[in-house]
Amino acid sequence: MNTVIDAHNISKVYNPTTIPVYAVNNVHLHLQKGEFTALVGPSGSGKTTLLNMIGGLDRPDEGNIFINGIDITKLSANELISFRLQNIGFVFQSFNLIPVLTAKENVEFIMQLQKASKQQREERVKTLFAQIGLQDKLNERPSRLSGGQQQRVAVARALASRPQFVLADEPTANLDTKSAFNLLDIMAKLNMEENITFLFSTHDQRVIDRARRVITLVDGRIVQDTAEVSTQHEEAAAVKT
Amino acid sequence: MWLLQLAWKNMWRNRYRTLITMAAIFFAVILSVIASSLKEGIFNNLVKNVVSFYTGYAQVHKRGYWNEQILDNSFETAPAAEQKILQQKNVAGITPRLESFALVSSGDVTKGSLVAGIDVEKENAITGLKDKLVQGIYLKSTDTAILLAQGLAERLKLKVADTAVLIGQGYHGATAAGKYVVKGIVKFGSPELNDKALFMPLAAAQDFYSAYGMVTSYVLSFNNTAAAEASVIAMRSSMDSSYEVMSWGDMIPDIKQHITADSNNMKYVQGILYMLICFGIFGTLLMMMVERKFEMGMLVAIGMKKIKLMVLLTVESILTVFAGCIIGLLVSIPVIYYLNRHPFGIGGETAKAYERFGFEAIFPTSTDAAIFINQGLAVVAMGLLISLYPVYKVIRLNPVAAMKK
Repeated sequence: MNTVIDAHNISKVYNPTTIPVYAVNNVHLHLQKGEFTALVGPSGSGKTTLLNMIGGLDRPDEGNIFINGIDITKLSANELISFRLQNIGFVFQSFNLIPVLTAKENVEFIMQLQKASKQQREERVKTLFAQIGLQDKLNERPSRLSGGQQQRVAVARALASRPQFVLADEPTANLDTKSAFNLLDIMAKLNMEENITFLFSTHDQRVIDRARRVITLVDGRIVQDTAEVSTQHEEAAAVKT
Repeated sequence: MWLLQLAWKNMWRNRYRTLITMAAIFFAVILSVIASSLKEGIFNNLVKNVVSFYTGYAQVHKRGYWNEQILDNSFETAPAAEQKILQQKNVAGITPRLESFALVSSGDVTKGSLVAGIDVEKENAITGLKDKLVQGIYLKSTDTAILLAQGLAERLKLKVADTAVLIGQGYHGATAAGKYVVKGIVKFGSPELNDKALFMPLAAAQDFYSAYGMVTSYVLSFNNTAAAEASVIAMRSSMDSSYEVMSWGDMIPDIKQHITADSNNMKYVQGILYMLICFGIFGTLLMMMVERKFEMGMLVAIGMKKIKLMVLLTVESILTVFAGCIIGLLVSIPVIYYLNRHPFGIGGETAKAYERFGFEAIFPTSTDAAIFINQGLAVVAMGLLISLYPVYKVIRLNPVAAMKK
């Protein structure tokens, strides 16, 4: 398997000169291509900070983050923007679609930033809207879509640029149960069928239950990683046999 | 192109905010155009009133005449020079004068007066002398009669058809003396002119002063009075060096200084107006930035380069500012033309006081195209300058901080 995210010894400290608060403390994290991972933990445990650092939105005070072998902590602010455009898809808690654009235009927007041709955009939009099941909502403005539909469009937008992985910060927090399951189904299907890597922060049990790997953060430290547990189980099983 | 489309859509996302910004710019353009146009119009009218008393917009003399206004500094009428002046682009008319001083006497009263020998028809065309008649009739070029200013006539106790005796010094020291019938009495707004002016036909004046074929000045009128100074400068470079060409500003410097001082005061008023405009535009931009902060953070987070975001916001500002400005100009043009044709007027005692001094009691606007262009550009420049604020905010934008709720 290919390593997509490789974070070494990363820390983020707030108020370093007064009373230092470690939002993220010496975290090591490796994500392989095609993983479907939930980052869980109580509020203030550092989930969003860690996600922001992996997404190149924030910089760690210590450590390095490699995305497909590129150390993004060494990139300039401008290079990071281009890097995010080409490599990372974002899904936010509050959808954050551009209100003046239609659903289709919101998805096309990313590809326009990538200077994709009209034909490429049209084809990609068609595919993505089929995958999220909103072919009939192409020309609707976000204000005319439900929360669940808006978040599905946000997922399509995140995937439009064909990123290395998708970061989703509390993607189901603003959704009702039906919409949340619907969204999770779509994300899981995309992960299974197209091998798209997802890393999402959440404290929603519905999401945690669907994740194949769960990383638990407490006070900025990883206290449990189910990938390590299953590796240990596999190793123990191998020893028994 | 898609950026332009997005900018246009963004402009109308909050219709009221955009309309408020456009309205601020619209009223700013109208107010600043009206203020400037009124200022120019009032000054132009003031100059028109003053120069029409006597001096005209410009004069041509023999070099040195203005500093030493004596008959010996007169020059022979020069048809070639006259023709050359008339060929100048902006010159509308020209009239010769022979001006000097003489003592005017009636009974046992004698008074010094300014004697002006004039081409009766051309003079009337330029200074409207005939309109200033309050008694009697206007001169003919063959007359040996005079027109007296009202104040002078009262001082000498002369009426129409009375005879005045003139004594003075003629050309090259000749004695000048003669008796002239008062054909009419004229009234001037300028008290100074009203107390001492005396007019006679040019030929009669040349005969009186023994200055045959001589004049002391050519008085000029212009088609475009706003370009008088530029025309004078052009004439100076084309005329023979034996002549001096003077604008009304050179001849009546106190009026020019008054206009300059008032213009400077108006600049403060306009400065305050511009400040109000700036605050109006800035307020709405500030609202917009607060409202869209989260979205801007999100756009940068998903990969929109800051430079593109800056271009987007600048295009939005340009569209809003230009739309407000163009509508403002389109509305201000008919308003200014209407106020030019139907100027603000004052009534009562103030109006009478104005008229006593020969001024029209009206405040017309100027329709000079430069006013519309300059004020439009000033407001656009202010709008664009203020729209640098969102650009500055984008430069400093931190997507994580911007997306914090």
